[in-house]
Amino acid sequence: MKEVKCECGHVNPHGTVLCESCGLTLIEEKAQGKLHDMRYEGSARRSQTYNKTIVDKIWNFFSSVKVGVWLIVITLVASALGTIFPQEMYIPTIMTAAEYYEDQYGWLGKLYYDLGFHNLYSSWWYLVLIASIGVSLVICSIDRAIPLYRALNKQRVTRHESFLKRQRLFTTSASENIDASFEKAKENLAMKRYKIREEDGNILAEKGRFSRWGPYVNHCGLIIFLLGGILRFVPGMYIDDMLWIREGETKVIPETNGEYYLENKEFTLEVYDKDKDNEAFSEAIENAGMVPKNFQSDVILYKKADDSLPGEEAKLEQIKEFNIRVNEPLKFDGYALYQTEYRLGELSTMSFTMMNKKSKEEFGELTIELNDPQTKYDLGDGYSVEVMSYFPDFEFNESGEPTTKSRIPNNPAFVFKMFSPEKPEGEISFVAIQQNLEPFGDNEYQLRFSGIETNDVTGLTVRKDLTLWLFALGGFIFMIGVAQGSYWNHRRIWLRRKDDEIWVAAHTNKNWHGLKREISTILEGTGIEEPLDQLQENENQDSEKKNSNHE
Amino acid sequence: MKKQRLLIRTVILLVLGAAVVYTLYANFTKDDIQKVAVGKKAPDFVLTDMNGEQHRLSDYEGKGVLLNFWATWCKPCEREMPYMDKQYQENQEEDVQILAVNIGESNVVVNEFIKKHDLTFPILNDKKQEVQTVYGIGNLPITFLIGPDGNVVNVHEGEIINEQVVIDMIKEIKP
Amino acid sequence: MASLSSNLLLIAFILYLVAIPFFGGAIRQKKGLDEEKKSFDKWAKIGIVITIIGFIAQLGFFITRWIVAGHAPLSNLFEYTTFFGMCLVASFILIYFIYKTSILGMFVLPIALLIIAYASMFPREISPLIPALQSHWLQIHVSTVALGEAILAVSFGAALIYLVKAIDHTKRSKSTFWLEVIMYSIVSVVAFIAVTSTFAITDYKASYSYIDKNGYEAEMDYTIPAVIGPNEWKVIEDGTFEPWVQVPGIINAKKLNTVVWSLVVGLGLYFLIRLILRKRIGAALQPLTKNIKLDLVDEISYRSVLIGFPVFTLGGLVFAMIWAQIAWTRFWGWDPKEVWALITWLFYAAFLHLRLAKGWHGEKSAWLAVIGFAIIMFNLIAVNLVIAGLHSYAG
Repeated sequence: MKEVKCECGHVNPHGTVLCESCGLTLIEEKAQGKLHDMRYEGSARRSQTYNKTIVDKIWNFFSSVKVGVWLIVITLVASALGTIFPQEMYIPTIMTAAEYYEDQYGWLGKLYYDLGFHNLYSSWWYLVLIASIGVSLVICSIDRAIPLYRALNKQRVTRHESFLKRQRLFTTSASENIDASFEKAKENLAMKRYKIREEDGNILAEKGRFSRWGPYVNHCGLIIFLLGGILRFVPGMYIDDMLWIREGETKVIPETNGEYYLENKEFTLEVYDKDKDNEAFSEAIENAGMVPKNFQSDVILYKKADDSLPGEEAKLEQIKEFNIRVNEPLKFDGYALYQTEYRLGELSTMSFTMMNKKSKEEFGELTIELNDPQTKYDLGDGYSVEVMSYFPDFEFNESGEPTTKSRIPNNPAFVFKMFSPEKPEGEISFVAIQQNLEPFGDNEYQLRFSGIETNDVTGLTVRKDLTLWLFALGGFIFMIGVAQGSYWNHRRIWLRRKDDEIWVAAHTNKNWHGLKREISTILEGTGIEEPLDQLQENENQDSEKKNSNHE
Repeated sequence: MKKQRLLIRTVILLVLGAAVVYTLYANFTKDDIQKVAVGKKAPDFVLTDMNGEQHRLSDYEGKGVLLNFWATWCKPCEREMPYMDKQYQENQEEDVQILAVNIGESNVVVNEFIKKHDLTFPILNDKKQEVQTVYGIGNLPITFLIGPDGNVVNVHEGEIINEQVVIDMIKEIKP
Repeated sequence: MASLSSNLLLIAFILYLVAIPFFGGAIRQKKGLDEEKKSFDKWAKIGIVITIIGFIAQLGFFITRWIVAGHAPLSNLFEYTTFFGMCLVASFILIYFIYKTSILGMFVLPIALLIIAYASMFPREISPLIPALQSHWLQIHVSTVALGEAILAVSFGAALIYLVKAIDHTKRSKSTFWLEVIMYSIVSVVAFIAVTSTFAITDYKASYSYIDKNGYEAEMDYTIPAVIGPNEWKVIEDGTFEPWVQVPGIINAKKLNTVVWSLVVGLGLYFLIRLILRKRIGAALQPLTKNIKLDLVDEISYRSVLIGFPVFTLGGLVFAMIWAQIAWTRFWGWDPKEVWALITWLFYAAFLHLRLAKGWHGEKSAWLAVIGFAIIMFNLIAVNLVIAGLHSYAG
């Protein structure tokens, strides 16, 4: 490894293009052209100078901005692919994913599913892409920030003439009284809040250097953000569960180790009313039909106050009452409960009257709790009803027997045995919604349906996310970095004495227009000429050439 | 200096590589994670069976416990019940207990099911749905094999397809 | 109040329209003068004053509508898109005062006009907020996104100027072709607005029964003649225009029909313009750009991206994530709108890297700014209308 000693005596790392101290060109072939490429101050990017072992090769691969940009572009295209059809998590669960995609989108849907695009964002290759961007962020930043820091820290005030000449803004002007000009310029520079350094009577004025660190700060933020993504995979850091509670029910909240219970007092769904709500909405409400206004669960949060086991009756201590609404989750102890789903009008009770079919005489009423029916209902005077079978979610199976699809009373059906003084051995009747079968011949009595009660069920998402702070921190640092790099500029102005002349050169990392305007106020009254924009000179010459060619 | 650089680069690449590998591994296995994992202590509970008798899981320490979760409307559960019942009867002298936890259906329904299949082993009812919450039950049926020390030895997801499976399970948890 | 509100929008629209020729006049006036040193030109001064009055009128529209509705008018596609247009005008005014380039008005104001006119093609009634939108984050998130995207759109305007000026129009090339594609897209938007308003004025309506994608019979109402009919369409009333083509059930025939109308009428309009101009639209616009320095428009384009990118990130990703965590339980859920915000962000990140590290200045950078704007427009239009997702209520 050869270090390069410049004329000025400064020792530069191998591969440096422009001397860190005085700016003299060290590698002529890399600094061709009329103007210097100032992107990394002409410093040595280490990755480009060592390429021997496999470690170096991997390192250099990820250190390339070209590779980084390609990774971004590939990720961008892949992300777009995932939006062609909905992802699996957004499709209805009426059939399997494989069937759904083919059914809805034909052979394209099938292809989409076969390629695994229905779960694109959690596919291994998408994760590898994101991870590669992360690796690229780390290595690119290390490889550029360190040399840049060296170059900016080691820079001398007196820069080599060749360096000044090859700046985009540069000019020379003759001056009678250089000292006076310099004094005036210094005064103006200080007014514009430049940091001024002097050496051998030459000036380097600089401001906004910290904006150069913006990109590295925002990359740090992104890396922290990605770390949050990794942390989420650690068991216990992220919880996503669902809690369904009927009105009036108290249930243990999942994932809280049986610590917390929730009671659902009431669920409310409100819709906008054309007549009662803001008049301005009436047209929209009419067009849309029904617009929901509020989904709300009035709940009470309890904490277990004894060490009872699951299944045992627990002693509960009320923590707080709360109305959970969309956008207003209930938060406690790192958990949050969100209003996300609901089922309206789930059947809760069904009532029947026992009646003599001929005389229409009634012999009492029974009300059945559909979530926990009794086996026997005594109506007095020798009349009673026995529940022989109960099918909360009734259907006939393949062999024609009545069965239940679930435990939810969506379509309750019963086999009753009715006892009466006339029929002490009982009469059997099958009762479902709008059905009344008498499988063993004509009965004397019947159970006439006399009413239902319903109950709303609320669906709450149970969430705990111990990684949020990392994401927030990463996002915050990213925003600081990106603002730092975007809204501030790093400007430098060099004033150098050269015999009777004053040489002025200036550089900024962006916003040349602003720099030019600033220089013109700084040089006002100093007798120093404003530097010329050598890039625009080139452009003018080019376009003149172009025009003459056309003629 | 050059060696030092190589060392630093190697360390950084290894750290980054480890993070990537961990993420990929975690992503692949995230669906297999059982809440009550093999090797962990099976959460204790108290439930009443259909005969009114209380069962506390920790009371069975020293015995192997086959803990099954089921529902009447679940067809595979219905098919596997007789195998468990038969093995229950054959192993009554052994230090093994078979418990089947219904996920909280009404007594009418559960009793009718017991009658229909003529089941003799303890059927517990998780009325308040607390036990299934603690065990993180999703799809039914699921069977936890709990060793004499109270730790989960194995978890069988899905249907028990024949009696031999139950016999093998019992072998696994016998003290 | 509600009618005052819509009148204010109309006033703003007309004022923007009136301002454009003044900026055009300013360009001609500047001939032969030193642009950098020259203070405000008279024509440009009038133009910018009219623009600012227009902006104040539109601000009035926004505020009055807010008062009437009781919530910030940012909750549907009409409201969002007009706000986006307003932000674009605001960004233009800001950039104008930094760089004093009247030519930018000639390019950015027409884009803003088109955007506002386009917005007016959507249902304009004041709609109540569904529960998910009832949050202060509605204002914070949506307005920041619109502002960010508007500033990024200025970079598109500047890039367009760059391309019009820099491309050699004397011979056919890939560059001239793609520039004409941009011009044709703009003309198609004009066609969309023209077609939709024409049939709206004549109150055209036609209904067809059809079989939807789930095999059920349904009805579809067209407001422009149905060249593309739905799956197995049948006319409901005799004498209704009979579609020429029918599409399968999974494609929304009505929307496709509108797109086809816009593209075809746009094509006709485009060729008409070509016939009148007797040259490419790009070539015809080139004289307007005579007095502007390429390197200045390049810088305007780049700076707009630099100013807009952090604002977009803040609104489209950071605020979006905070609100999503509150309303939807998770800060990120791979909803199509979210994904397209990420794509926009990734694209501009790539843009900045290419520019900073790979030295993509000038024409390359200008093309990138054009693509970036195309992505923003895709997210605004196609993702809302075509790809269903959690944000689809915004349509």
